[in-house]
Amino acid sequence: MELIYSLAVGIFCACGVWLVLRPRTFQVILGLALLSYATNLFIFAMGRLTLDRPPLIDPNVVPDPSLFDDPIPQALVLTAIVIGFATTALFLVMLIAARGFTGTDHVDGVEKGD
Amino acid sequence: MSALLQHLPVMPILLPLVSGALLLFLPQSRTVLRSSIAVLTILAQAVIAAYLLYRLIKPQPGLLEHGVEVYLLGGWVAPYGIVLVVDRLAALMLALNAAIALPVHFYSLARWDRIGVHYHSMVLFLLMGLNGAFLTGDLFNLFVFFEILLAASYGLLMHGSNAVRVTAGLHYVAVNLVGSLIFLTGVSLIYGVAGTLNMAELGVRWAALAEADRGLFEAGVGILGIAFLIKSGVWPLNFWLPRTYSAASPPAAALFAIMTKVGVYSLLRIGSLLAQPDAPVPFGGPWLFYGTVATIWFGIVGMLAARQLTRLVAFSVIVSSGTLLAVIALRVTPALAPMLLYLIASVPAGAAFFLIAGMSERMRVNSMAETMAPQPTTYTAFMAGEPAEVAENEVDEVGVAIPAALAFLGLAFVSCVILTTGLPPLVGFLAKFSMISALLGPALNESSADAWLLIVSLLVAGFAGLFALTNRGMRTFWSTGRATPRLSFIEAAPVAVLIVLCVTITILAGPVMEYLEGTVQWLQDPAAYIQAVIPSAEVAL
Repeated sequence: MELIYSLAVGIFCACGVWLVLRPRTFQVILGLALLSYATNLFIFAMGRLTLDRPPLIDPNVVPDPSLFDDPIPQALVLTAIVIGFATTALFLVMLIAARGFTGTDHVDGVEKGD
Repeated sequence: MSALLQHLPVMPILLPLVSGALLLFLPQSRTVLRSSIAVLTILAQAVIAAYLLYRLIKPQPGLLEHGVEVYLLGGWVAPYGIVLVVDRLAALMLALNAAIALPVHFYSLARWDRIGVHYHSMVLFLLMGLNGAFLTGDLFNLFVFFEILLAASYGLLMHGSNAVRVTAGLHYVAVNLVGSLIFLTGVSLIYGVAGTLNMAELGVRWAALAEADRGLFEAGVGILGIAFLIKSGVWPLNFWLPRTYSAASPPAAALFAIMTKVGVYSLLRIGSLLAQPDAPVPFGGPWLFYGTVATIWFGIVGMLAARQLTRLVAFSVIVSSGTLLAVIALRVTPALAPMLLYLIASVPAGAAFFLIAGMSERMRVNSMAETMAPQPTTYTAFMAGEPAEVAENEVDEVGVAIPAALAFLGLAFVSCVILTTGLPPLVGFLAKFSMISALLGPALNESSADAWLLIVSLLVAGFAGLFALTNRGMRTFWSTGRATPRLSFIEAAPVAVLIVLCVTITILAGPVMEYLEGTVQWLQDPAAYIQAVIPSAEVAL
């Protein structure tokens, strides 16, 4: 599981970095989205990868930390997703505004050779 | 009364949040009401910041045993709940923030607030994020407040959107989104290793960390440091800065002058808490030092090459950021208090400079209508009705015009040049002089090449700044064929206030330095901070 998980994070991150460095605004926003997926998965993994361990404490069982998952990274991921979603939406608006102002989807607002 | 005063530390966050949100629901046409709510909020914030500062200087029995105030949000005890901490550094930054924001906001009332929509709300949210970042005692909350201030700054940058602002904003947002992801990666790595995000508890756990975990923790701290360095504009992470700052409208750029200092503040804060005697130093060292010296030189070259006053000022912001961080990285303790003095002097000077640049721009464009035209598209997009019609003669005569506008602009410009380049007699000189004299100690005794390198860089930066700014000033103010701008009182007064603020700091240099030295002493001894936040912690210091 660890291998597949870390591969997923790595591939997301690599694709994200590649796309962020591309010259078109749409590619950049997709790259940012992929990078934020990679980061979110990474935060989640920081709570350790475990199976069948709920983050909620069962009152009928004697509390034993090894039986439960750490809920904090999950809470962090939730916050990070919300913030990332909002800022990506904002970026999308700017992307359209830049297209309207400059007439091109190049990140610099001018085409090469213009 | 005391029950209310007890909640004072959370007010710098709550006040701008509440009134900023309230302003969103008021129609754009209620100009006077909207601006007075915003001004009153910032004024209240300034009073609170001043009072918090006063409480730290003159501690009252029972309230502040350690010279630090801890506010438990939600009432949970520190490592489990989230805390706000008011200490000498945080109170200083809060006061600085409010002291800049108030005059700059007055300046923006001369039409700048109406070139787009929701200007007041964005300023208030920016202040909320800044105050929160200064107050928080928790790494993840630091991230959240960074996001708040960044989101507000995206809006402010594009206030009065035109092609230049939107394309500059595109770069700025992309860079900062990547920066935020780096920040998150660092935070989660630290949590994964240390199991806490409370900054005080990190200070305790860091020293007790197993050898095998230390590498990962240091990697996390390093990644976090990169995020802070992007915010504070260190070379090679600062190519976004000049373009962004010079594209923004003048009041927004003036507010941005303090934003780079948030990165400096965070490095100082976390660096201080993690600097335990039996653990290696997390920040600083050669990497940071050479990076920041390169930043100073990048700023020097940029200043000499800049052909626009706003760009020139943006590069001088880079130089000041590099200077601050270089002193932190060099770890010469006696130079830290002058470094803080330089910080509180460079922010109002930079802000005043952006405002002056905005006014002198009008000498070129001739008419205010051109620079300050409201953007109908923005109003339509936010369903805020039509912008108020601006008659040509009305625009040129906002409020009461001040006499001798050109003389005032020139004088203000010269004062700002003196402040930023560190010429006598103003506070910039005091700060630079005491920094260099503190650096001369190790430079002469241990023949440390690094200290000499920094001294030379500082001096060259001063000369280059002087040369570039005088050159630009001569072209702006002495060239023929330029119109004398009409300056309204409400534009000129804030600049005067910012400069008078710097003059006041110069006159009160003695007490101010005493406070700053106390701050440095406080930062050198993180045990007291940790003890105040987590009373049960056993800090072996």
